[in-house]
This record gives sequence, structure tokens and C-alpha cells, in this order.
Amino acid sequence: MAPVEEAPITAVISVLVENESGVLARVIGLFSGRGYNIESLTVAPVDEARTRSRINIVTTGTSMVIEQIKALLYRLVPVHRVSDLTALGPHLAREMALVKVVSSGELRTEALRISDAFRARAVDTTVGSFVFELTGAPEKIDSFIDLMRPLGLVEVSRTGIAAIIRGPRTI
Amino acid sequence: MNATLDPKTISPGAQPDAADVRTGAEVLLRVLREQDVEVVFGYPGGAVLPIYDALFKQNSIRHILVRHEQAAVHAAEGYARSTGKTGVVLVTSGPGATNAVTGLVDALMDSIPLICLSGQVPTHLIGNDAFQEADTTGITRPATKHNYLVKRPGDLSRVLHEAFYVARSGRPGPVLVDLPKDIMVGPAPYHPASGAPHRSYRPVSEPAPDAIAQAVEAMRQAKRPLFYTGGGVINAGPEASEALRRLVRMTGFPCTSTLMGLGAYPTTDRQFLGMLGMHGTYEANLATHGCDLLINIGARFDDRVTGRLDAFSPHSTKIHVDIDPSSINKIVRVDMPIVGDAGRALQMMIAAWEGTASADPVAIAAWWKQIDAWRGIDSLRFRQDPSPDAVIKPQHAIRRLYELARETGRDCFVTTEVGQHQMWAAQHFQYEEPNRWMTSGGLGTMGYGLPAAVGVQVGNPDGLVIDIAGEASTLMNIQELGTICQYRLPVKLFILNNRYMGMVRQWQELLHGSRYSESYSEALPDFVKLAEAFHGTGMRATTLGELDDVIRRMLAHDGPVVADICVDETENCFPMIPSGAAHNEMILGPEQNEQAGRITDEGLMLV
Ligand SMILES: Cc1cc2nc3c(=O)[nH]c(=O)nc-3n(C[C@H](O)[C@H](O)[C@H](O)COP(=O)(O)OP(=O)(O)OC[C@H]3O[C@@H](n4cnc5c(N)ncnc54)[C@H](O)[C@@H]3O)c2cc1C
Ligand SMILES: Cc1ncc(C[n+]2csc(CCOP(=O)(O)OP(=O)(O)O)c2C)c(N)n1
Ligand SMILES: [Mg+2]
Repeated sequence: MAPVEEAPITAVISVLVENESGVLARVIGLFSGRGYNIESLTVAPVDEARTRSRINIVTTGTSMVIEQIKALLYRLVPVHRVSDLTALGPHLAREMALVKVVSSGELRTEALRISDAFRARAVDTTVGSFVFELTGAPEKIDSFIDLMRPLGLVEVSRTGIAAIIRGPRTI
Repeated sequence: MNATLDPKTISPGAQPDAADVRTGAEVLLRVLREQDVEVVFGYPGGAVLPIYDALFKQNSIRHILVRHEQAAVHAAEGYARSTGKTGVVLVTSGPGATNAVTGLVDALMDSIPLICLSGQVPTHLIGNDAFQEADTTGITRPATKHNYLVKRPGDLSRVLHEAFYVARSGRPGPVLVDLPKDIMVGPAPYHPASGAPHRSYRPVSEPAPDAIAQAVEAMRQAKRPLFYTGGGVINAGPEASEALRRLVRMTGFPCTSTLMGLGAYPTTDRQFLGMLGMHGTYEANLATHGCDLLINIGARFDDRVTGRLDAFSPHSTKIHVDIDPSSINKIVRVDMPIVGDAGRALQMMIAAWEGTASADPVAIAAWWKQIDAWRGIDSLRFRQDPSPDAVIKPQHAIRRLYELARETGRDCFVTTEVGQHQMWAAQHFQYEEPNRWMTSGGLGTMGYGLPAAVGVQVGNPDGLVIDIAGEASTLMNIQELGTICQYRLPVKLFILNNRYMGMVRQWQELLHGSRYSESYSEALPDFVKLAEAFHGTGMRATTLGELDDVIRRMLAHDGPVVADICVDETENCFPMIPSGAAHNEMILGPEQNEQAGRITDEGLMLV
């Protein structure tokens, strides 16, 4: 059967892994080794004993590629669970950004005003600069950064997303 | 979820008592014994001296000293593939480990269960660019199914038991355990394997009954069905091959096999159509193209098999049984995926089929009539000039080898190198049983066959072991003649010497305007003298008249033999589906109706 050229979709995949050395390299190697895309990746231990970590990956590909990625992730020895949040229904995806703006006068006031509207906090302030801290959906952070660009934006640091299913369901 | 649980698994059981604390190297050997390891293929060096010392002090595990670490891995592959056991390799740190990498990737591609134990510098030196330090786990991460670096003595037995479990469970593969020298020298607790399930790795081996029922219903309704079987049937053990034979005979359906699956179904049987794919038979490929139901058991839709993807088996419903979910829908989208062990799936299919028959016997009969017409082309035919001083055709040499080997009545094992001779060995030798055919399919590693034959012979001391080789490949691991001599392994190295990297020459002829760039085997050694230099016996056949006699003498000799069979230098391997072509665009040999196989520009880009 002909492989139908489908449009790529974006998927948010959460992977529960044994917290052992090399596990992140295995996950990343799987993507780089096969030419798959990683748009963002976050990882941290999520249980009390710190023996298990959750990796959240945002990736794009055709549905066949996304299925392949999930099967390949599941095949890794230290992987406990692989969940495609995009396929499981509504979910939340949030990330944090630190945004540095260097400006003065009118521009500086405008930056402060916009940060207020986005509920960003100025976590560091000097006479010539601000560092804003902002949490939210990636699109919200994108638009904040767009607005800051003409107002003296000089540096951005983003965490990548943490994601979770809405409602009582778990992965 | 169903898990494959092996009684000899993993996590530690009871706390060790004081008597159970010994050196890491001793613990290692004790785990190997508990895992029924009888033989280790290895090569010593500084980082593994404590292990070699422990080996010296015991008698239950045999060590086979190879002459290059790559060969140790191929030998372990040959051993594993021919015995169904897990092969074990022992190499030193740094260059020992890097030399093993080709073998590891080979085993990964061909799903061979292996344990590679590599020495490492002491834990406190790791990361210091110490002498013979290499980031072995980093280098081998994509070359293995899984790997471990043992950093604490307390982890040693658990990791080793787990490594065996991982290597042979689910889709088998190579697992490397990196062992720092201080862990081997210092005390370490011994834990027996416990039956507890693995924390995370629990591949499914039991197929879903409703998926089987659906598949069998499709088989009943099929008018032009075809079994397409692969290496997974061999991986699933001899019972799976037995079940395959029963099911194929019960249904009366035709059966083809990949290169890796040869022997699972007897290649001489009438229901067997020969190998499919790039160098498969006309009938196998046209049946694959024309079938309405393709029943894939343990094969992975490799590009050597599918040819042009959008023209691959275009009219069929596809069933795919595979133990690795990532093999399913990877290349070809299938209609009925069945995740699980091939043997179990076949047994369940037999049970579901029993007592019924095809919905349409008339259609099945018509299908066979069509297949027999394709068979009439006799796509493997070649012309051997019968005069005694005629040049030997490589295909003829293999056919005679098969016939004369069969006459001996011995259990025959064939390994190959990579190239034309490998394809001819697949086409013209016959395989009645599984685990008798050892070849490097996925990676296509020249130099595989001779060391693999070492492993096969070690695992099957009474077997007749023949490496069907090309002269160029042979030189890639020729040093193993030393190993063969040392252990008095009666391996027969049967070289089809065409003085060319024949497979390269063939592609250059067909795709690159006969510009034979660097594919002539210049300055070849005298293989007869080479055999003698390694204390073996050398023989040569240069004409047809000498062939049978050389083969007979080779088979009768109870020691190692190198037979230099000088064959036609310009022979090409047909049929051939050029890269990028469809199954119905096959090129046949000069003996068959010349069909113009178009090689597209796209085909030039493919390998
Ligand atoms: C020069 C050259 C030419 C070649 N030409 C051809 C050719 O013409 N035709 C051809 O067929 N090949 C050819 N090959 C080989 C080819 O490259 C592949 O290696 C081969 O086709 C793969 O075989 P397979 O599909 O049986 O899969 P394998 O590589 O044997 O993989 C086995 C599959 O079975 C699954 N499996 C493993 N264990 C089990 C189990 N217990 N139960 C169920 N499933 C299991 C695995 O997950 C995997 O998907 C050629 C190679 C070379 C070097
Ligand atoms: C290690 C390695 N290097 C290169 C190749 C590419 N290659 C495939 S077949 C072949 C020629 C093999 O020649 P020979 O062993 O004489 O076999 P023949 O084709 O002549 O039978 C080469 C170079 C390979 N498969 N493996
Ligand atoms: Mg050659």
C-alpha cells in the first residue's frame, strides 16, 4: 500500500522512566538516530523516592511516525510507561520563561505595562533592565516574547513544557 | 498486560550471606554458570585480567580465544543462532570494546541474543582519559539492545542476570555490560536470579485471541494467500518452525521466506516458493505482488524485500505477527497487527484453523496454477558448460556442494560472507531445518562467515560446518584460521573466488556503465598456501573437472579445509529487482526471457 503523504501533527508524549544514568541519552538518541524531531523536552524525578522521572516531549511527525516513536520509546528497557497526551484527550501544557529586557524611558514603561497584563513578574530589576518570569501555555509565552521584541528584548530562557491530562485521569 | 517471564530473571532475591561475598570476577562467572553459559568467546587485555584469572581457576566455562574482537562477536552470533542459546563475548576496555562494535550492530540488526562483557578502567579513573579508556556505554548505546555500566559491586549480580533476561526476551538482541576493573577485583555480593518480573521491561509474547481469530477468518476467505515468513520464526525456536510447517500444510497455501528465515520451512518442499526480495525467485516475488492476503510471520518488511514501497504487494490485506510492536506499521501499514511470539501465534492459528477449510478451494487451486506458471520460468536457472575444462559457475559449485554434503548424511550448517556468493548460497543450497543457516542479513557484514563458523562448530562439535565465502570477504577476518587451528575445528571454508568484489562489480556493470572502480581483488593471496600457513589443508579447483573431487576431499577431511574454488569472474546474480523498482520489474538472467528492468535515477540513490 502506498504510504500516503499526510500532514505532520504535533504530539505531546509523556514517558515515565526509571531514573538511571543514561536514560535521557537513550531517549534523545532514539530521536536523533532516526531523524525524528524534538521540539521541546523536559525531565525531572516525580516520585518521592526519586527513582522515577517523567519526560515530556513535544514532537511532530505523521501519525505513522508518532506511532513509531511511541513503540520505540516503549521498547527501551528502562521505560515504564508511554502516554500520548494529544491522543488521550484534553490536557494542560505549561512552561516557564525568563525574559530579559534592556531599555529605558518610554519602552521600559511599556514593557512593564505589558508584563502586568500577562501576569509576568519582574524577578530582577536594575535601572536599565528587567528579568520577567512568566508561566503559561507555550503560545502565551510566544506572544509575550513577540511583544517584548521591540521593547528591548535581549535574552530568553524557556523550560519547555510540563504536561498533564485534565480531569481525574492519569497517564 | 502479559509479560514474558523467564524463571531465571532479574532482581536480587534474598540477602547474600557472608560466604557469598567473593571477588567481582568470581561473581561474574557464577552468574554465567547459573545462566547455563558453557562457552565464552573473548580476547584478553589489562582491564579484564581479573576475569581471565578467575577463568583460569575453574573448569566449567570454556573460553575460546579468537584473533580479533569483532570475530568474537560473530562467533558468539554463530553459536547463538545455531544452538538457540545466548552467546557470550568477553573483551577488554578501549580498543577491545571498539573492535566489538561492528559485531554488536550486526547482532542488533539480525535480532541475535548476545551478552558482551567489556572491561573498563577502574571507576575512579572513568572520565579521565585513562589508558585504554573509551566511553563504551556511550559508543555502544545505539549498537546494542541495552547496555549497563556497573558502578557498584552490589549491583553486579542483578545487572548480569538482568542482561541475560533482556538479551533473550521479546525481540532478542545484544546487551553489553561494562565492568570496571576495581569492581572485578574487589569483593562483591552474589545474588541468585529471582523470579520477580522486571521493573519496566515486559514484552508481550501472548497474541490477542481476537486478533488471531480475525486473521484466521481472513485466511479462510482468501483467494490468493501467501505466507511471508522471516527470522522471527527462527528466533521463536524450533517449535515455531514445526508449527509453521503444520499450518502451511493444513492450509495448502504457498510460503515464501526472507533471507533470515530460511530453514523455518523446508526449502525443498513443493509449497515453498523460494526466497523473496531483491534476489528472490520470480514466483516468490510475483506471488507477493499478486496475492490478496499476505501473512507476515516474524519478518520486518525490509527494503531488500519490499523494493519500491508504493508498489509493494498492492492488492493484499496484510497480517503481521511480530513480537516487537515497533516493527509493526514501521514501513508498510498493515491491516491486522498481531503483537506476540511467532510460535504462539502459529499454534493459535492452527487451533483456530483445525476442522475447517478454505472458503474457496477453486480459487486456491487457480492461484497455484498461476504460481506454477511463474515457476515454469525457472528463474534460478544458469548454464554450466559440461566439459571438464570448463570454467566453474558459482551456482553449480554450490549445487554440487549441497548434493555432496547431503550424501554424507551429516547435519550440515552453512554460514556465509556477504556478496553474490551469499545470495547464491541462499538460492542454490537447501535448508531443511531451522538454525542451519547463519548469515549477516541486516548489516551485511563482510567477514561475518568465518568467525560465525567458529561459533557454530563450537556449539555443534559433530556438525558439518561450511562457510560459503567470497575471496574479498574472507580476507576481512582471515586471522580466524588461527582460532580454527588452535581448537582443531573442522570448519570448511569454501571460497567462490571470482577475483572481484562480485556484488560491487555487478552493480557497477548494471548501474554505473561497467566502470569497475576499485572492485577488482588485486594481489590476492594463494589461499592454498594460506591454509597451510595456518596449519590447515588447502585445495583448489580451477575447472569443472576438478570440482567434485575437491568437494569430496574437503568433506572427507576431518580437519579444517580452505577450498579455493575459482569461478566465472563475470557471473551475475539473478533474478534481481533493482533498488527502487517494483516486484514485477524484476531483471531475469540471460537464461530466462530478457525482461528490461528499468533502473530509475531514484534507484541510483538507493543502496
Ligand atoms: C547483499 C544482500 C542482499 C540481500 N537480499 C535479500 C533478498 O533478496 N531477500 C531478503 O529477504 N533479504 C535480503 N537480504 C537481507 C535483508 O537485508 C534483511 O536482513 C532481511 O530481509 C530481514 O529479514 P526478516 O524480515 O526476516 O527480519 P529479521 O531481521 O530476521 O527480523 C526478525 C523480525 O521478527 C521479529 N521477531 C523476533 N523474534 C520474534 C518472535 N519470537 N516472534 C515474532 N516475531 C519475532 C523481530 O521483531 C523482527 O521484526 C539481503 C542482505 C544482503 C547483505
Ligand atoms: C564490511 C563491509 N564493507 C563493504 C561492504 C560492501 N560490499 C558488499 S558485497 C561486497 C563485495 C564482496 O566481495 P566477495 O567477498 O568477493 O563476494 P562476491 O560478491 O564476489 O561473491 C562489498 C565490498 C560490506 N558489505 N561489508
Ligand atoms: Mg568475490
